[in-house]
Amino acid sequence: MVIEKAILAIVTTNKEQVSGGAPIFICETLEEVHKISANLEAMLDGIAHALGEDLFVIVKH
Amino acid sequence: MNEYIMPIVFGIILGTIARVMMLRTDYRQYPTYLHGKIIHVALGFIAASLGAVAVPAMLEMNFTAVTFLTVAATQFREVRNMERNTLSEIDGDELVSRGKAYIEGIAISFESRNYLVILTAFIGTLFYILWNIYIAFFGAIICLIISKVLQSGSTIKDIVDIEYSPPHFDGAGLYIDNIYIMNIGLPARQEEILKYGMGFILKPKNINVVNTIAHLGQRQAILHDVSVSLGVFRDSGTPALVPLIKRDLDDGRIGVFILPQIRDKEKAMKVIGAVPVLETAIRMPSRANQRKEVE
Repeated sequence: MVIEKAILAIVTTNKEQVSGGAPIFICETLEEVHKISANLEAMLDGIAHALGEDLFVIVKH
Repeated sequence: MNEYIMPIVFGIILGTIARVMMLRTDYRQYPTYLHGKIIHVALGFIAASLGAVAVPAMLEMNFTAVTFLTVAATQFREVRNMERNTLSEIDGDELVSRGKAYIEGIAISFESRNYLVILTAFIGTLFYILWNIYIAFFGAIICLIISKVLQSGSTIKDIVDIEYSPPHFDGAGLYIDNIYIMNIGLPARQEEILKYGMGFILKPKNINVVNTIAHLGQRQAILHDVSVSLGVFRDSGTPALVPLIKRDLDDGRIGVFILPQIRDKEKAMKVIGAVPVLETAIRMPSRANQRKEVE
């Protein structure tokens, strides 16, 4: 089976909310979350999806 | 000089003219360059020769000779393969791909056009031999008209109503009307999308159409044609900026989200309307017997 979609990274300010296999970036502020997500999006050719206010996942489609 | 030479030459010329007429480079930009055209004109010439030569062969009671038309069929299936391969290879390099169904549609039409050429050349030569050159001309012109009619299938505007509906965000979700398109997280991206994006709702006119426009290949064809005609605000490595079409499961409407460079509503609607309905996507559930009983 070929996995077509995968979470490449998780960006959040709230480290209680996340854990698991993907790289997790813990940020101080919401601006930092946006900045890091934007950078990761460009680097990884993925899309930054918002799961919550301060929880972003970079997904490869 | 053989009595058949003139009719055969006549048939070949007519057939080749027919092929040239059907070979138009339009907004789909295919086939584009001289070499692509030469290939098809040359194959059209071969097809015309086959059609023209078949007539004297039959008149001379040389029936086995007519079996070479089967060779022609094989030959033109090869044309279809060639087109399919070329387009599939290129498809990966398109910013918005054509999709398999669209490619198949193009390939099929290339094959069928060669058969129309055979028919034109055949009729031209036959009428020339049976009657005279004037009737042959007349017959050939009718063939050309038939070819033209067969060449143009229906378009999207025949089967749906197109409405403009600006894209909007509900949280991180991008919507066109009430149809969810995708999740865009970054505020900067959201702004870009609101600035450059356009949304359209395609409302099916009847039950048959619901399945046709739901076809993934048909949807991709719409996106590709719009991107070709109006440009696309996108680059490699920006998967968030991707034109998408999603479907309303309740009533079969589809929401078209595009990122054109030319943001002109009227033009965009015209372009969407002019997208061909793919043969492979056409479904006719209303023709099924069961449905008739229900109705």
